[in-house]
Amino acid sequence: MNDTFKKGTRESNQLLYSKLGSIYTVDTNLATSIGSINLERPVMLASGILGISLDVFNRLYRSGAGAVVTKSLSTEPWEGYPNPTIFGLGGGGWINAVGLSNPGAANFAKMIEPNKDVPIVVSLVGSVPEDFEQMVKEFENCKVTAYELNLSCPHVAKVGLEVGDDPELVKQIVSSVKNTTNVPVIAKVGLGTTHYLKTVETAIDSGVDAITAINTVRAMAIDVETQRPILSNKFGGLSGTPIKPIALRCVYEISSKFDIPIIGCGGVSTWEDAIEFFLAGASAIQLGSAIGDNWIDVFSQINNGISDYMKKKNFSTIKEMVGLAKKS
Amino acid sequence: MQRNPNHTTIVTVEKVIEETPTVRTLVYSDDVMPNVLPGQFAMVWIPGVNELPMSVMISQESGKAAFTVRKHGAASTGLFNIQPGQKIGIRGPYGNSFDIKAGKLLLVGGGTGLVPMMRLITNLTPSHDVTLLIGAKTKDEVFFEDLANQLLKDNKHQVLVSTDDGSYGENGFVTDLVEKLVSENHFDGVYVCGPEKMMYKTVQSAHSRGIFVQASLERMMKCGVGICGSCCIGEDLVCHDGTIFDGEHLSKNKEFGYFHRNKAGILENY
Repeated sequence: MNDTFKKGTRESNQLLYSKLGSIYTVDTNLATSIGSINLERPVMLASGILGISLDVFNRLYRSGAGAVVTKSLSTEPWEGYPNPTIFGLGGGGWINAVGLSNPGAANFAKMIEPNKDVPIVVSLVGSVPEDFEQMVKEFENCKVTAYELNLSCPHVAKVGLEVGDDPELVKQIVSSVKNTTNVPVIAKVGLGTTHYLKTVETAIDSGVDAITAINTVRAMAIDVETQRPILSNKFGGLSGTPIKPIALRCVYEISSKFDIPIIGCGGVSTWEDAIEFFLAGASAIQLGSAIGDNWIDVFSQINNGISDYMKKKNFSTIKEMVGLAKKS
Repeated sequence: MQRNPNHTTIVTVEKVIEETPTVRTLVYSDDVMPNVLPGQFAMVWIPGVNELPMSVMISQESGKAAFTVRKHGAASTGLFNIQPGQKIGIRGPYGNSFDIKAGKLLLVGGGTGLVPMMRLITNLTPSHDVTLLIGAKTKDEVFFEDLANQLLKDNKHQVLVSTDDGSYGENGFVTDLVEKLVSENHFDGVYVCGPEKMMYKTVQSAHSRGIFVQASLERMMKCGVGICGSCCIGEDLVCHDGTIFDGEHLSKNKEFGYFHRNKAGILENY
């Protein structure tokens, strides 16, 4: 009898990876820096997407992701909303209200503790500074590349955008996380009721190391046959191709106004999209929805496209491209 | 224009067939679902209740497909209670399908795990020699036996039922019957869908003898399209990489047969 059937342990899957497919490589220098965060490749997995198991993180890393951002973790496990939680608009647009389902920071920290290879950005969501401090402490024994504070989820009450819209709370949360850890801290901002540039300014003044812009945009879909909202939460977040021009505008505005490293996020599905974000001022990009249309091959496709573009345009580093569109 | 599989399409349930006191088949007309591959599934929206992944059941009427549901949790009970004339939403089809080998096949279905087996049968040729095992707890829970015999009427075939309490057919677990059959007979392919432990043992029995085997897995699903990650098992996403995996692949997966993730994504024991 096959010995591998006999034991089912949660940790032993790690052993498999030494035997599985080799890691994505490219002959161009795709390394980038977001402040003090150094990545081999500029295409990251955005928060909320696939970010639930270390095995999947390993697979994404091998597929070409420069880093993976985890699902937003809370102090306690959250089940999220009942289905339907996602709706495909077609043409690369999606609306989701998963409801920040996650196993909780403590469980998650235990799960990623064996990680050695994958640059993991831990996304955190909470209501008060103490939530964030407590969660950061859970990760003391883990290799964490950065923390990304989710100040912008548009479809869960008391956290996310409701926090991001409150400058005083943003200040307290960023300051407390900065005081708790030496790991770089990123603030993820979105379009809420407070002007997002105000939130960016508050986060920067409170010591944040980088900004991710933007989150999904609050939206909904109604079924005309049954005449009711499709998502169980009624409202969700619009992501994918439809929000790319908006995200690009935000990155351009932030980079024009502030001296802060930026990660562009919102609707990236092609290498041209990624380059646009670099030119607007982003040092790296995150993607998620494109996986729903092109699967995880999208990481190598975009990396390869960036590589070809750099050769054609004689760029030797990503950094040379960052913010170039602002020259005119 | 081709329909967007991720965009919910509303269909009207035309007929409800009572299979057992807890299992019903809901028949509807649709352009896409009657022709999906064996093993593929749809995300089925019960408006106001929930949405859940369902293997697409065949209908013997042209232009129609079905879902066969056992009432269990809130979502499946919501679907179970749908009456003729009521509307449901469907998106998909999603997932891969069985690789059908030539020759002598063993199909094993437990409960609504028989659904992909029925569609698999309709994709066979008359040259296939088919043994179908139906596993159930008790006589009242046996269904699709007559349907299977009818669908296989042009094939050399046998349909065997085993009940855990011995109230009908063979007495005992269907997995014991699987072990007996694969140890005494040659099979070119084994296909299984049902409760995880049943699939685990079936895969074990076949794979350890070098017999090609595929199982159609079930996990908590939210998106169905490989984005949310809820259905991951090891490094695989059941919705996108599966739901069908072969024995060789499963033999390397340490979660199969032991763990599944709950709605929060925490591993729990089976």
